[in-house]
Order: sequence, then C-alpha cells, then structure tokens
Amino acid sequence: MSTPASTPASTPATTSGSAEAPESVRRRRAARPRGARRLDSTALIYLVLVGVVVASAVLTAVEGRNFFTQGNIWAVLTAMSVLGLIAIGQTLVILVGSLDLSVPYVVSLATLVAAGGMKGLDSNVPAAVFNTLALSVLIGLVMGLLVSLLDVHGFIASLGVGLIVSGYLATNYQGSHGAAAPDLSLLGRSGIAGIIPTAFIVLLVCALLVTLVLRYTRLGHHLYAVGGNREVARMSGVRTAGPVIAAHVICSFLAGVAGLLLLSRTGVGLPTIGSQGRYDLLSIAAVVLGGTLLAGGKGSVVGTIGGVAIFAVLDNVMGVMQVNPFLKDFVRGLVIVLAVAVYARRSVVRRPPRFGPDRVLPLPVPLLASPSKPTDQDPA
Amino acid sequence: MSAITSTPDRRDTHVLPASEGSLFQRLLRGAVTPGGAVFLLAAVLFIAVVWANPSFGEPPQLIRFIGRTAPIAIAAMGQYYVIVAGEFDLSMGAVIATQVVIAGNYIGDDESRVLPAIALMLAIGAVVGLVNGLCTTLLKVPSFIVTLGTMLALGGLVRYLTGGAATGNPVDSFREIGRGGLQDVPVLDVLPYPVIILTVVAVASVWLMRSPFGRTLIASGDNPDAAGLAGSHVWWVKTRAFMLSSLAATVAGILLVGYAGVHPSVGAGYEFQAITAVVLGGVVLGGGRGWVLSAAAGAFALELLFSFLNFQEVESTWRNSVQGLIIILAVALAARAWTLGRRPSRTPASPTPSAAPSPTPARPGTETGEN
Repeated sequence: MSTPASTPASTPATTSGSAEAPESVRRRRAARPRGARRLDSTALIYLVLVGVVVASAVLTAVEGRNFFTQGNIWAVLTAMSVLGLIAIGQTLVILVGSLDLSVPYVVSLATLVAAGGMKGLDSNVPAAVFNTLALSVLIGLVMGLLVSLLDVHGFIASLGVGLIVSGYLATNYQGSHGAAAPDLSLLGRSGIAGIIPTAFIVLLVCALLVTLVLRYTRLGHHLYAVGGNREVARMSGVRTAGPVIAAHVICSFLAGVAGLLLLSRTGVGLPTIGSQGRYDLLSIAAVVLGGTLLAGGKGSVVGTIGGVAIFAVLDNVMGVMQVNPFLKDFVRGLVIVLAVAVYARRSVVRRPPRFGPDRVLPLPVPLLASPSKPTDQDPA
Repeated sequence: MSAITSTPDRRDTHVLPASEGSLFQRLLRGAVTPGGAVFLLAAVLFIAVVWANPSFGEPPQLIRFIGRTAPIAIAAMGQYYVIVAGEFDLSMGAVIATQVVIAGNYIGDDESRVLPAIALMLAIGAVVGLVNGLCTTLLKVPSFIVTLGTMLALGGLVRYLTGGAATGNPVDSFREIGRGGLQDVPVLDVLPYPVIILTVVAVASVWLMRSPFGRTLIASGDNPDAAGLAGSHVWWVKTRAFMLSSLAATVAGILLVGYAGVHPSVGAGYEFQAITAVVLGGVVLGGGRGWVLSAAAGAFALELLFSFLNFQEVESTWRNSVQGLIIILAVALAARAWTLGRRPSRTPASPTPSAAPSPTPARPGTETGEN
C-alpha cells in the first residue's frame, strides 16, 4: 500500500479496527505487505539511488576525480531539474491513466515563444513568461479535452498534438530564435551556496506542491481513482473529465516551466531542444522507474524524483568516464529495462489480493433464497 | 469461430451482425467500421491524388508507389500483431537501423554472403522480438518500457558501432531486393520486388490471423485473463507477436536498404509511423480489435495523403502536423464508430433489455478478422 491516496483512506478503518469482525481484519492484513516485503517501492527506488551514487562515486574516484565536489553536485542537480519538472507532470498524466508524448515539443515551443517575446530585454519578461505558460496550458487543455471528452487514447492524443506542434516548429523556425532576458539568464546561473541551483529549487517546490495536491485534495484523490479504474470512478460519482484535463494541463504547464529553465541556460530559443533531449520517453521511463504503474492509479511524485535522480547520476558518471555518447543510450536502455524488470516483479507480488484464497466469494443471493426453484443452469 | 462470442447471450433471436445478410450487405456493414472505413479513406485519397496529378493513376507509376509504400505497410502489419495483443513495439525503428547496418557491413562486396546475411538478419530480428516478448510477458514489464529500452539500447549500440555515420555498402544484388523488379510485365512495365514481398506478407498475415494463433492473439489482446483461463498460453502468443513485429521490421529494413542506403538513422520514426498507420486502420490501442489488412491500408492512406500534400506543394515540414491531425481525427471518429457500428440492433422483441447489464453486451472482438 504505497499509494498516498490509500493512506488517508485507511486511517479511519484502523481506528475502528477493534469493532470490526476479525475476518475483515485478517483480510486487510493479508493485503498488506509483510516481513521482508515491507520495503515499499519508494524506499526501494531511493535505496537503488544510494547504490547508484556509491557506484558512481567509486567509478569517479577510479578516474581520479571526486564525485562530491561542489561543481559536480551542481551539475547533477541542474541536470535533474528539467527532466524532473517534466517527469512530475508526466507522473500526474500517467497516474490518471493517460500518457503525454507531446512534452518535448511543448518544451521547444516554450523556449521559442519565451525567447521571441523577451528579445533580450528585462522589461519583456512578465509578458513573455505569461504568454509561454498560457500557450502551454492551452496545449494541455486541448489534450485533456481530447482524452476525456472525445475518448481518444492518451498515447494518440498527445502523439498527435505533439506532431502538430512539431510541424509548426519545423515550418516556422529554422535555427535559434530570440534571446533570453539577462534577468532570466542570471536566474539560470544563480543558486544557494554554489551547490543547489535555483532550477532545482523550482523543481523541489513543484514536487512539494504536486505531492500536497495528490495527498490532501479532492483533485488528487480523484486522479488516483480515475487512473485506477475510470468506469468504477465514474459509477462512484466522480466526474472523470476533470482530473484528466487537470493532469494534462499541469503536465503541459510544467513542460512550459521546464522550457523556461532551459532557456535560462541556453540563452536562445531552439526548435529541436526538446526532441534532442528525448524528454517524452525519458520522462516516462523515469516515472515508471520511480514505481508508478504505467496503467495508472498507483505511484507517487517522490518516487519519480528518485527515478530522475538515478538518470542524472548515471549520465553524470558516464560523462566523467567519457563514455561514447551513443553508448550512453545503450546503458540507459539497459538500466531502464533491468530496473523496471526488478520493480515490476515486486509490484505484481505486492498488489493486494482482491480475489485471494482468504476471500470467500458470496453465493448469489437468489440461488440461496429459492433453492427449490429449478434452474436450468447448474452452478457447478 | 465467431459463434463463440455469442455463447453467453441467451437471446435466441440475436444473430451476430457480421454473419447475417448477403455478402454485399456484410461488406457494406464492414465499411462503416473503422477497419473498413480506412479502405474508403484510401480510395478517396487515391482519387484526390489522381485528380491533382493524373499521371499518378497510370499503372507503372502506381505500382512504383505501392513498392515505395511496401516497407511502411509491412512494418504496420508487424506492429498490428503487437497492438492487437494489447502491447506496443517502439523498438521497430531501431531494429530497422540495426538490420540496415548489418546488411551494409556484413555483406559488403561479397555476393555469396547475401543469403547468409538475410538469414542472420532474420535471426537477429527474431531474437530481438523474443527478448521484447519475454521481458513483457514473463518479467511483467510494460511493453512500452521494454521496447523503449530495446530502442535506446539497440539504437545506441548501432550508432556507437558505426560512429553515427553511413558505413558500408552492400552489393547491388542485395539492393535489388528493395529497388529492382521483374521486367517486361505486360501492363505494369515493371513489377517491383517489394510489391511481391508485400503481397506475400499480406496473404501470410491474413492466413495467420485466421489460424488458431491469430484467434488466440486477438483473444489475448481483448482480455488476457479470460484467454488464459480458457487455456491459451498468453505469454507465448504475445511473445510470438513481438517476434513477428521484429521480423516485419527486418523485412522492411531489407527493402529500405535498396531505397535509402546504409545509415544508422534509416529507421528513425518508423515505430510511430507504423503505430499511426495501425491506428488509422481502426485497430484499437489496448488490443482485441482490428484487421491486419486495415493496418496495411492505413499505411497506404497515410502515404497517399503525403503524396497529395506533395502535389499540392504544401511544405514538407507540415507533414508532421497533418499526420498528427489525422490520427487524432481517426481515433476520435473510431471511438464513436466502434460503439455505433457494433451496437446490436435493438429489436422490440428483446425480452428484458436490462437483463444484460454487461457494459459490452456484444463485443465481438474476434469477428473482425473476417470482414
């Protein structure tokens, strides 16, 4: 039971635990992980992260360098921030049972619109930022409406919207475009104590906000409910369109923010910066690595951040070891499959048994009530 | 076979829509499903292209177009197996790139290596599919992630080995498979080999989908639990679907060597294009519905659309946008059409309308193989 949504739901049940039948208590205990399996998926991903960090530190030391230098930590955290922001949004979208493949194009579009609007002047920053984020939200809204009202599969809706945006980008922007305002560039270089970049703080704040939304608001609980089973959620009285639209809007919004962060580093808008970063597939991989079920309904932002951190550390150590950039992809692919394979096996085992041996299925009532009535179908 | 789907239905008057009426009626009814509508769409687009450029309709031109479209159509049919089983295969482009590079480097100028090379490529394709399938079915990793991993790993490896640049050049006799053809054919002038290969693959696919394997595959995609309880080995059926997909990518790769030459970026984007074609063909993501030839027709519709845009002198950079718009429209319409076209005709004699509260009273997932 690692989903945050289930935590508040189970609290009232435990307070009244003494009053209920031992049968149901036993059933709930059976549903809970026990013994060695008590380790929950988020803890697992952070254990893996610690392992990766240790391995990276050793490998970096072999190269004769120190992993924990100020500059290196700064580099890792900076690398985390963009993919992290996108992955947070992707977590929401995946939780609600959809997918977002349009993020790289939204990121590119955001850098172009923002850079084009700023034209290197500080006075243009508020308007440009507003335009960028409003456009991102609009794209998310379109996808959310497609998925929720027109019943288009999230994969197709976001792929289609992404392709539309990419066609627009390819037609209207050939090379770099516009320029970032000096203030924004300064923001990209600023940080706390030379270790924690501002971009990373933005990431943490967003992660915290989204976690709070998921845990304590109605929207968050509905997200889990709709992702777990849309039909059941609908029959339970949840308006299913709202959470889907909200997830897509937040995801695109965060992609827009990620685009602004990228712009603060590059200084110019680039039409291919998103697709080169492969943010669509890598963010999905990070989300799944972080323990979120790809089918939706189970997972957490905290796990996603862990997954992103693993990628960032791996990338960093491969950079230090001067691994061929093409070979990096090979390693990345291998890590994704292996890690998810280990994780997926666990999550199958740990899923609470809904129809386990301890649960006695009730006999159909009409059969019990009227045994004398002959029925042509025998419940053998 | 389609009778199976009606077993729980005790309304005696009810006959499955796909098996009643004359052939013409059935064709008509099939044409309003997304799987049939794609043929109409392709026909309309074909007429539009011919209208824009009359010489396109001449047999030699047309057969060359079919030959050019063969790789993507074959890839779409491969992707179909995986999608109809409820999975994804994103590794297709990387597999194509791998095969192309293998062909370029292993064959080289040695004519005698052509046949061993083809055998090697098919073997590698099968192994990649096997790995994808086993990771998905036995390790229970979502296929999206598995094939994403394979895509990154294979693509990275190929680019690493080639340095990201074009290397090697297979002998012309190998390239002839992709670009050559039978000469002096009566009407067509030239009958390209890709067209022959496409026909063979299409016939084999139709046969395969009517075989027990195909039936089980659709059942596994529709409801893996039910298929498993009914006694089919879902893991092995799905694994074979992945192998077929990778093999189709291999064949597409062999054809592409003739057209595109040897470069590690040859297959880039093929996976999404194949998925687009399959979805355009009315195959439902999530599995269980769709016809294999509709997937191929989806590929043709897509290519015809691109040709049309070419003749209209729309900038080629807009291709992506059009592709995106088309798949959204196709899926949005298909989501409506599957529910409308498949709804059993509501006869007033129906005794208790509320007696069958199942949300999918007639969900003939298996019948679509026959329209």
